[in-house]
Amino acid sequence: MRAAGLLPGALPGWLPGAVDDGTWSRLFSFEDYGALLALVQNSLVAGAVLGLVGGLVGVFVMQRDMAFAVHGISELSFAGAALALLLSADVVLGSVLGSVVAALLIGLLGSRARDRNSIIGVLMPFGLGLGVLFLALYPGRAANKFGLLTGQIVAVDTTRLGVLVALSAVVVAVLIAIWRPLTFASVDPDVAAARGVPTRALSLVFMVLLGLAVAMAVQVVGALLVLSLLITPAAAASRVSASPVAVPVLSVAFAVTSAVGGILLALGGSVPISPYVTTISFLIYLLCLALGRRRTRRGWTRRPA
Amino acid sequence: MTPAPPAGAPAPAPPPLALRGAALAYGDRTAWSGLDLEVARGEFVTVLGPNGSGKTSLLRAVLGLQPLTGGTLHVLGRSARRGSRAVGYVPQQRLVDPVTPVRARDLVRLGIDGDRWGLGGRRHRARVDELLEAVGATAYADVPLGLLSGGEQQRVRIAQALGSSPALLLCDEPLLSLDLARQEEVTALIDATRRTTGTAVVFVTHEINPVLPYTDRVLYLAPAGHAVGTPADVLTGEHLSRLYGTRVDVLRAQGRVVIVGGDEHHGHHLEEAS
Repeated sequence: MRAAGLLPGALPGWLPGAVDDGTWSRLFSFEDYGALLALVQNSLVAGAVLGLVGGLVGVFVMQRDMAFAVHGISELSFAGAALALLLSADVVLGSVLGSVVAALLIGLLGSRARDRNSIIGVLMPFGLGLGVLFLALYPGRAANKFGLLTGQIVAVDTTRLGVLVALSAVVVAVLIAIWRPLTFASVDPDVAAARGVPTRALSLVFMVLLGLAVAMAVQVVGALLVLSLLITPAAAASRVSASPVAVPVLSVAFAVTSAVGGILLALGGSVPISPYVTTISFLIYLLCLALGRRRTRRGWTRRPA
Repeated sequence: MTPAPPAGAPAPAPPPLALRGAALAYGDRTAWSGLDLEVARGEFVTVLGPNGSGKTSLLRAVLGLQPLTGGTLHVLGRSARRGSRAVGYVPQQRLVDPVTPVRARDLVRLGIDGDRWGLGGRRHRARVDELLEAVGATAYADVPLGLLSGGEQQRVRIAQALGSSPALLLCDEPLLSLDLARQEEVTALIDATRRTTGTAVVFVTHEINPVLPYTDRVLYLAPAGHAVGTPADVLTGEHLSRLYGTRVDVLRAQGRVVIVGGDEHHGHHLEEAS
């Protein structure tokens, strides 16, 4: 089976080894690796930056129990990007607009988890449907289409990298500025409100940051697999620690490892990048789950009677 | 009614809480009105009443989250405002996901500086240890909140509320979903706290009996009015019948109080009677 048959254009045609009949060599083939590496330098930087943002934002996604919201936002981000593609506008801009609008809608309409989930359930298929429509209307190369859903490694040119880095800097800076009150509002909303923390405003600010982070993740892992960078690393980290310092640090380390490691492995194969990223992040999660089980059994619950 | 200030106390300071002619209404429905209450330093005031009588609204008003529709409300002589460090707040126990990455000590620390911007450094570590020690929670300081029992969580919450050295401690049903032994433990801790720190306590609860031994005064909010006074004064059949506008009996047995009647659908009557 030809690569292009199953996942059309997942890898650009100029990549050597992109069309190869052996399944194994489609997954892992490291000929000309050095030359490839130079070509994807931008992507590696993008992956690292994305890991930083995803790892940090993920900590709050976990605390606020918003995994489903992340998925919903990524579908609307996909719709935005697809529309941009159709209109020959900037795809990053399209996906940022799509996800920020979705994030704000979810934040404004659903302050309670139950309302929120039903709103996401309504928005998500609509967004995905719109995205499919825009892609169907788009006459251009299929590679661009599927990249939006499943991720692409070589799409990051210097301009786009600049945008990603700038957006990431904004997200990280704002997140650091609101870190403490946002933590308070996320883990202990009643007392935070009683102490005068502007919980509602913080929630909306966080939704915008989440929207931006999702839009960036869509660029690398694709809309379908954003969760692997925004949830899995933070979930893994909170399995092995509950420290307010260790959890974000580990979460970032896991996310960067997944993103960068995924890109490096994907270079050697001819399938999209996302399976590599998701597999690494899943394996890290499994490891942490096992460690956490042991820790819970031995340490956390044991205390003087 | 108000306990005498301890000997050698400094010159009279503004009271931790003072309500004058306070009223709160939602549209045309009045929760309470004409409420006069001055809570002294170190005083333990228990707020009782059926659901919907405005107990939680009273706390929200003191926290500055809910404006009064009439009268005045002062905390330490100043109008109630959002985020005042003079007010500590102990909520009811709620379920925390065991994987939520927040430990007992983190929760306490949020009570000290969780309302400030930025990341926060390693300051306050000694203060957090001191607060945890004061409520006897040192042993589980590093345990995630979700792995603590209900009683342990409430101890940690009391430590959190004391983080800003408040003049007034608001307790919003802190005994809910605790077993009887834990209820008595938590109440005794709150009593010990007000005696050592001098913080006044306003304690909203459905469970009268664990609180009764420590209560200086009761504020009873009821459909047809309210009453303020010592438990012996307020918790009488005659008094409560007037507040409810229907026959209410107060039974005392084995040092416990059981209120029978009133609005059968609400409040502590059913729980206490069962």
